[in-house]
Amino acid sequence: MARFLVKRILIMIPLMLGITLISFIAMSLVPGNFITNLALDPHISPQVIKQMEAEFGLDQPLMVRYFRWLWQVVHLNFGVSLAYRVNVTSLIASRAVNTVLLSLASMMLSWALAIPIGIIVAVRQNSLLDRGLSFFSFLGMSVPAFFLAFLAMDFALWSGVFPVGGSFSPDYAALDAWSKAADRVNHLILPALVLGVSGVASLMRLMRSQILELKNSEFVRTARAKGLPERTVIYKHVLRNALNPFVTMAGYGLADLLGGAALVESVMNLQGLGLLLLNAVRSLDVPLVMGSVLMGTILLLIGNLAADIALVAVDPRVDFSTLASQ
Amino acid sequence: MSALPKPIADATTRSEPPRNAASRMRRMVAGTRDEWRRAPWTVRLSIICLLMFYLFAAASPVFAPYDPTHQYRNLPDCPPMRLHLAPPSQWSHGFFFAYPLTMTDAMARRFSEDRTRRTWVRLFHRGHLFTTDSPADPYFMLGSENLGRDLFSRIVYGARVSMCIGLVGVFISFSLGIMVGAFSGLMGGMTDNLIMRWCEIEMSLPSFYFLLALAAVIPSGMSTVATFFMIVAIMAFISWAGFARVIRGMAAAVRSAPFVEAGRALGASRTRLLLRHVIPTVLGFAAVNASLSIPGYILGESSLSLLGLGIQEPAASWGNLLSQAMDPQNIEHYPWVLIPGIFISLAVMAFNFLGDYMRDRLDPANLN
Repeated sequence: MARFLVKRILIMIPLMLGITLISFIAMSLVPGNFITNLALDPHISPQVIKQMEAEFGLDQPLMVRYFRWLWQVVHLNFGVSLAYRVNVTSLIASRAVNTVLLSLASMMLSWALAIPIGIIVAVRQNSLLDRGLSFFSFLGMSVPAFFLAFLAMDFALWSGVFPVGGSFSPDYAALDAWSKAADRVNHLILPALVLGVSGVASLMRLMRSQILELKNSEFVRTARAKGLPERTVIYKHVLRNALNPFVTMAGYGLADLLGGAALVESVMNLQGLGLLLLNAVRSLDVPLVMGSVLMGTILLLIGNLAADIALVAVDPRVDFSTLASQ
Repeated sequence: MSALPKPIADATTRSEPPRNAASRMRRMVAGTRDEWRRAPWTVRLSIICLLMFYLFAAASPVFAPYDPTHQYRNLPDCPPMRLHLAPPSQWSHGFFFAYPLTMTDAMARRFSEDRTRRTWVRLFHRGHLFTTDSPADPYFMLGSENLGRDLFSRIVYGARVSMCIGLVGVFISFSLGIMVGAFSGLMGGMTDNLIMRWCEIEMSLPSFYFLLALAAVIPSGMSTVATFFMIVAIMAFISWAGFARVIRGMAAAVRSAPFVEAGRALGASRTRLLLRHVIPTVLGFAAVNASLSIPGYILGESSLSLLGLGIQEPAASWGNLLSQAMDPQNIEHYPWVLIPGIFISLAVMAFNFLGDYMRDRLDPANLN
């Protein structure tokens, strides 16, 4: 186990260097920099622009800027956002609440729906129910999330039941604690549904194919031959084995917690990390973008690692030596 | 795409060699008919849908009733017009007509029907599938957008971008991915390891933001065609790595297969092994895998255009047509701005159904 952990963590280092370097280069390919837009403003004198460029280090060559940034990061300092003039870490933390709430809500929704539906559909393979639900799962997977977001906005406008976009009401600050929570939940329902739909569809299909694959295997036949009731066969024998890829998926889900849904956030005007990063990329706010990219990557890698460890814990067929040799 | 049915076609032709071109043709038609009968209705519907969209793209001037860039200044944000069937006594004039609309309130964009006049809608007229007698009194089947351009015509022309982007993109990432993947799998060892680490880096990049950052590199003054190819190139650059990894896995499995060993023993060069043995083996699977990634390109382009970074006005793509819906006001008052989104969904759905079916159909486990 220790050997495996050390190896995996060592592999992470070049991976993160590569990802951050490529992101840095991509940002520097864009003509101009954060100051360019300010320079168009006649109220700001050229001296101030020069001074700001020097202050932000934007007049330095690419590699110098990259290594300066890296040096900061090694000291756990992610720098200051150019646009907001706030520490990147605290900026991300303040927005993360909304995004994590939203992601958790949509993930819980899709898992809670997808797993039971997947089981039912697989047990009754080729029934009308199976065909109908499989068809709808394809629809759900195919309709783009941003389009669903538009439809949700349309529904909110038409019905008047749900708020039209936003993360909280304008009078949020004046509410008491309970109303605040209720207000949050009210603003969360539609976005969570929008983001959950495609999740339900794909997870359901995965569950279905997993169960179908295992349904005719030898150990299931043995279980049936022993005279176990069908419920026990499905829930104790088939299901436990079928859950394997879901452990891996949960690991990947960790990375999606941060900024997986920029477009939906943008359409529904949710103050989350996706929207923050979207605007940061567009305004060339390099420290903010790099901070988000690095945190996202770390979460992705940790998620994968956690998923692998969890897989060893739940599946006796997998151990660290097989994982390490992959 | 045409490489897809090849393995099956080869198998049949090899068992009974056709005598001439005519019989081969007949065999192909019969084979196609069989495939059509065997496919479920969802797949048939998807094929019809895709054929229609590609026809839109190939013959846009015929399918679009009006010039997609012509602005009807007196009919902005005009709702879809109702089509009426003429009573049989008037069939000498035409079969379908609409009442022309006039704007009654320029601020609220309200329109009223002028019941005294009729705009006749004619099929196969003036070189269009359907259009009105003169372009001066238009019939807006799906309404018009904020500058008074016919939405349906713009959707037809937009199909050019939205439907082609997947094919071009898949072609690029497919060629790159298959060459790199097969090479990496065949070589094994250190080279393989390095290439795969590089692929992992590319796969871990936050692709949407990456796309966004790189899309900002595209100069704003570029022509639509050039922008289109820049977008495709960027998306292909992001997506080829995952593809290469899959191919690499297959190629690594093939590496120690007897026929590759035999080739190596006979002194075949690395290039020859790669081009004649490894790549043909993984081609069928790779093609299906590629077709499943087409929706990603369509969605990528529409997301970019939605944010105003993709194809620029006055050119149309389904994504930039939908970008009007970014303003909730527009959704509320002019719900027809959502129609391009239906076309995007339909295209994505059709590719998903088709790709999924082909994967099952070509899976050696289901061959019967």
